[in-house]
Amino acid sequence: MGTFLALLPLVTVLFASFKTAQEYATTSPLAIPSHLFTYWENYIIAWRKARMTLAFRNSFFIIVFTLLGSILTGTMIAYVIQRFDFRGRLLLRNVFLLANLIPGVTMQVGTYKIMSNLHMVNSIPGLIILYTGTDIIAIYIFLQYFDSIPRSLDDAAIIDGCSYIKIFFKILLPLMKPAIVTVMILKGVSSYKEFYMANLYLQTRTKYVTISTSLYTFTGEYGNQYNYICAGVIITILPALVLFLFLQKYIYNGIANGAVKE
Amino acid sequence: MENNKESISLFLLPPESLTRSQKIRKFFQEKKTQKHVTIILFSVVPLLLLILFTYLPFGEMVKFSFYKMKYLGKRTFIGWQNYQEVFHRSDILKALFNSLYYMGAGVIQLSMALFFACILSFKTPLKNFFKATLFFPYLVCALAVGYIFGFFYSRGLVLDSVLGLFGLSKGTLPYWLKDRSINNWSIAATSIWRYQGQSMVLFIGAIQAISPEFFEASSIDGATRWQQFQYIILPSLKPIVILNFMLMVKGSLSAFEGPYVLTYGMNGTATTVVLMHQLAHEAGKVGLASAMAVILLIIILAVTALQNLIYSKFFKGE
Repeated sequence: MGTFLALLPLVTVLFASFKTAQEYATTSPLAIPSHLFTYWENYIIAWRKARMTLAFRNSFFIIVFTLLGSILTGTMIAYVIQRFDFRGRLLLRNVFLLANLIPGVTMQVGTYKIMSNLHMVNSIPGLIILYTGTDIIAIYIFLQYFDSIPRSLDDAAIIDGCSYIKIFFKILLPLMKPAIVTVMILKGVSSYKEFYMANLYLQTRTKYVTISTSLYTFTGEYGNQYNYICAGVIITILPALVLFLFLQKYIYNGIANGAVKE
Repeated sequence: MENNKESISLFLLPPESLTRSQKIRKFFQEKKTQKHVTIILFSVVPLLLLILFTYLPFGEMVKFSFYKMKYLGKRTFIGWQNYQEVFHRSDILKALFNSLYYMGAGVIQLSMALFFACILSFKTPLKNFFKATLFFPYLVCALAVGYIFGFFYSRGLVLDSVLGLFGLSKGTLPYWLKDRSINNWSIAATSIWRYQGQSMVLFIGAIQAISPEFFEASSIDGATRWQQFQYIILPSLKPIVILNFMLMVKGSLSAFEGPYVLTYGMNGTATTVVLMHQLAHEAGKVGLASAMAVILLIIILAVTALQNLIYSKFFKGE
């Protein structure tokens, strides 16, 4: 029953995406299309209309660099907080943890002003930097994970004459792999799906369209020609589906590990 | 890198000429400088980002809330007037009230997630298939969800056809997204569809962390599934259920995507964040929107404080 309810909206969209305009107008949305998986016209039109090639390229860049940025900054600050004793260490930690309590979406009125002052509106690097700097969940996960790596490893390396930076990159970072995978999943999913900021900060859709904003093309002009729209919907879902099928286990683990954050 | 004045002299001398104690001192000085350099080098970027995108916007927002202003142009200081307006505008109060629909849906969502998590933790045929289909909607992006359910709820389309199979005729059914008596529930239901699977995966993870011995021992003692649920699963899941409940409450207060993509907040479906976004970016009332945001943040922080209170009261020492 639950599965039926979960699938019904998706399956009917899939059906509609393979119907010709005439078929769409005359058959029930629950009817199986006569050209299932053989009539691709809707997809071709949707792909072109929504500038999907560009959207996929932009989203790919955004996700890759956001992941790089948040993994690097997240592990670095976690390393500093967990491995060094200095004045202000607890303050530094709490300043980061406090930020996690506030849903970012509630602060956008202020953030928009900052972004426009920095000329980061309508700029893909700008959005990447914003994604890297918000949603601090990565730091939580790295902080926790550092606890499980024995300090004696660091000490041994120091005695061998390793520098801190070398310890971090050569010894600790490789050991952080499970935590990095978790962060990649969580942050990857969130930056793929993220809609509010992509919508607000990448306003010139002809140039800066992403997967999550690509479907905007269909507002107005296509009204309720759902056979095209549904093809567009399926196109945006497809990369998630393919990755999900391959990485199912990692995704479940990532989601489950992300929960123990507070 | 080593610009510490004291250590420079030691670094300039060739290593052979140092005494043993000097060598040790050099080693530690070098380490100490290096430590400071590392700390600064590694914290500067994350800290800058944090200040730039969390604390600075917060400060700006608080400041804005006392002005009548747009993003560009002249601003006038008006004291507490924005805050007074927040409590006197019926659309804002309605938007705050609308969070309750999402909390209602959230309770259903968490109960369903708990239910499915329990079923799927036991050996069930096709377990992975069910788990995957229940979870997958979580990965669909907001705008796609908007169109999927725009299609789903449209007059005479998916939902109406399904109900038609049960003999309900179109004339007796409401306009799911327009009718003010039902539209908020329709939208809130889509958030169940989206997030139920995520909660379920979290709960499954927590159930799997329970030692299997408990289940074995209890089934030897003749415990039923329901008893196992009541006395083993539920108590050990309590912390994570409460955590998710609190996160759900916070999420409901800041609900945005569902109403934004499905109805654009029309016909009484605007939530606080939708309205805030429209006031700031379309109506040019940045001050008022900021005051709303500040009030929303206060409510959210109050919920967080409550959460910590509950934790320290019930889970001390766990």
